[in-house]
Amino acid sequence: MTASSTAGLLSGRNRQQMNIVVIGHVDHGKSTLIGRLLADTGSLPKGKLESVQAYCARNAKPFEYAFLLDALKEEQAQGITIDTARCFFKSSRREYIILDAPGHVEFLKNMISGAARAEAALLLIDAKEGIRENSRRHGYLLSLLGIRQIAVAVNKMDLADYRRDVFETIQKDYTAFLQQVKLQPRFFIPVSARFGDNLCTRSARMSWYDGPTVLEAMDRFEKEPAGREKPFRFPVQDVYKFTEEGDDRRIAAGRVETGTVRVGDEVVFLPSGKRSRIASIEGFNKPPQTEACAGQSTGFTLTEQVYIPPNQILCRADQPPARTGTCLKVNLFWMGRQPMVKGKRYKLKLAAARESVWLREIYTVLDATDLSTDSRSCQIERHDVAECLLETLRPVAFDRVSEIAQTGRFVIIDNYEIAGGGIILDAIAPEKDWLSEHVQRRQMYWQRSRIRPQNRSERYKQNAALVLLCGPNGVGKSEIAKTLEEQLFSAGRMVYYLGLDNSLLGVDSDLQTADERDEYIRRLGEIAHLFADAGLILITAISHLDDYELQAIRTLNQPYPCLVVAIGPHRLVHSRPDLHLDNPADVPEVIEKIKCLLAREHYLLEYHL
Amino acid sequence: MDYLDELESQSIYIFREAYRSFKDLVMLWSIGKDSTVLLWLARKAFFGHVPFPLMHIDTSFKIPEMIEYRDRFARQWKLKLIVGMNREAIDSRQTFPDGAVSRLQCCAALKTEALRHTLSGRWPRRILDPDSGEFYTVENGPPFTGVIVGARADEEGSRSKERYFSPRGQESDWEVSDQPPELWNQFKTDFAPGTHVRIHPLLDWTELNIWEYIQRENIPVVSLYFDQGYGRRYRSLGCWPCTAPVESTAKTVAEIIEELRSGKFAHIAERSGRQQDKEDGSGLETLRRSGYM
Repeated sequence: MTASSTAGLLSGRNRQQMNIVVIGHVDHGKSTLIGRLLADTGSLPKGKLESVQAYCARNAKPFEYAFLLDALKEEQAQGITIDTARCFFKSSRREYIILDAPGHVEFLKNMISGAARAEAALLLIDAKEGIRENSRRHGYLLSLLGIRQIAVAVNKMDLADYRRDVFETIQKDYTAFLQQVKLQPRFFIPVSARFGDNLCTRSARMSWYDGPTVLEAMDRFEKEPAGREKPFRFPVQDVYKFTEEGDDRRIAAGRVETGTVRVGDEVVFLPSGKRSRIASIEGFNKPPQTEACAGQSTGFTLTEQVYIPPNQILCRADQPPARTGTCLKVNLFWMGRQPMVKGKRYKLKLAAARESVWLREIYTVLDATDLSTDSRSCQIERHDVAECLLETLRPVAFDRVSEIAQTGRFVIIDNYEIAGGGIILDAIAPEKDWLSEHVQRRQMYWQRSRIRPQNRSERYKQNAALVLLCGPNGVGKSEIAKTLEEQLFSAGRMVYYLGLDNSLLGVDSDLQTADERDEYIRRLGEIAHLFADAGLILITAISHLDDYELQAIRTLNQPYPCLVVAIGPHRLVHSRPDLHLDNPADVPEVIEKIKCLLAREHYLLEYHL
Repeated sequence: MDYLDELESQSIYIFREAYRSFKDLVMLWSIGKDSTVLLWLARKAFFGHVPFPLMHIDTSFKIPEMIEYRDRFARQWKLKLIVGMNREAIDSRQTFPDGAVSRLQCCAALKTEALRHTLSGRWPRRILDPDSGEFYTVENGPPFTGVIVGARADEEGSRSKERYFSPRGQESDWEVSDQPPELWNQFKTDFAPGTHVRIHPLLDWTELNIWEYIQRENIPVVSLYFDQGYGRRYRSLGCWPCTAPVESTAKTVAEIIEELRSGKFAHIAERSGRQQDKEDGSGLETLRRSGYM
């Protein structure tokens, strides 16, 4: 390729690409503006304009630039943009991906999808119609989505006789609105997209305007800095080991969201708190690296082979760590068909984490079209924005969005769908966690029979309890559990062994994936409580039990006790097992020890008359 | 990081999300430049490995060099290759070149139908044994629920509407007006039983980006993309009856890039050589709704 063949700025590796979303109320002319922009900058494929013009002639429709984008039949039929169409275009400064986001409120989730991946926004307001509901809502959502570079095009100036006062009134009113959500547009531009005024060339019909054209304004936007100077954050997407292909590397894979890390750096996994060091930075078909930085999808091997639980964020030990906690104060935007309600279990996706989450409290619900608030709502309706408190069962790692946006955003899944999205304002230390509150409520409203726990204890000669066997897979936990059940049963005790698979086939048959382990744990806690309430000793085995899961089961099983027997190595750090057995092979001895423990702790009562 | 690094990083991220979220994952390999870049990105994402099978839908009208290239690299890179085919339509000559049906009907039968039934496992799959290099047939294979596809948004209108993770119904149908939101880097990875998902790691790439990446990474592509001395080459590969070569003397990747950047193809759509796009105002959209890639 010859040096003179392209404009200097566009050649080679220095070229830039930027995503810009075009938004605004329905019918304020987004598609027309984009279509015209493509046509006027010569970015259309040869013949495209002609073929659309021919299509219009064939169907006896007047040609409109908007049709260039409406590639789908459905769109042409309804005359509105349904989805975020992407089109590509070039200025002398850089390449753009233009996202045409629909203005109709029914398609708000599509508008959000477009805007969420944009670096800058062009917001259109119809000069004749003025500021409308979605002009405001979209403005608010831009602030929520974290888009700070905004140009406002006051479109259809031709219908307002190109009058300066019309433009300035809209400029004044809309600036005042955006100020309330802490947004300050960089440009206000009077435009007629249909006639090309102030789009790519300055309009002679609005000589009173001396600011940039739309194209110039876009070129004046800056690329967001990659975030290299921020603390290192690496959400672990997965841990790979392709042993069967002769590859013994154990690689933590993901993308560096912010910061940098070097081989040899000490790192911390959060929320687990495990530490290790970066041994190597892995890649395929690229020279060896000693440093990885923000934006790179990469992978690390570690000096110590620590177990890496899922859902972790890797941070550097010498930098401020991510926060961890279970209670998040958030700003949340709801898109679900069903309103978001308290007490229902949702799934939270935050960085690489997927956790069960509950809506604990609603502080205010905000009408994004006029910024009025309502602090009495008990649910979050579709298209509402709410400030609220979310609580997860296990701690998650995160940052405040004001500090690190990439790890301060999340989505909420309801019934397989992304139903909400939001930003984390702060971590909250709650007085009481959600489960304890639930148990308190449960105990208060529990319908009790006339038979009291003491009556059952006396009859069954035992005190009800949950015996929880934990440890790694394949140490024979269920075999031990079954033998224990058999022996206690033969000795006349009221005992039941609950196999993990039975529970999965029964009450948990609606749980599909490994993601839902915490819900399985929650249900196990409730089931254990039922058995204990009936006076039984319930025996169950669960692999890789951790502190949070044990805590959840203990809480739910209240007021009944839970005995933990660890078989082989276990993952409990903060709580000690009641019995720890290193040699699971000797089953009779293991059983004997468990029975001794039960007797010693007065679960098995003996009567000496 | 330059723009190619950014595109690569995002594609790798999508690959890893897909691999993490779907057990029954398969990647479509059309042998063309896009899906070959896709394959290369998979090896990047998984550090030299491709931890899921590749599926090629053979229409029997593919240009022979494509099949030769496919089998060579499948063996060299130890890929798990699955080949599917609409044997009945081909054997009974219900195809466009035989004059029995239109171009679009032919595409629907040989590509869409064959893909749908090979994905579901209802039709037999021919599988390459990476050790012997021979194919064997498997009947009633398990259905795939996650399908990785090399579609790019700049190819034609309907593709610009796709998500990175696009759900499809049981019969591979596509509900264009009701697609899931994608916020930041959170995609729809939760699916009700019976639905499946198309995953598009190349959605933001342009034709030019593809060639620039092929150049940077030195990825081998089928020789049909280059002029062999006749002043013609293929810009887009498909079945020979419906894909015409373009007039071009580009013999190297660098010359192709030059043509696309500022040369003769800077303003000519890539698929202009594909006849099936022209049959109807929105032919591809109709096909895509019923499962076409």
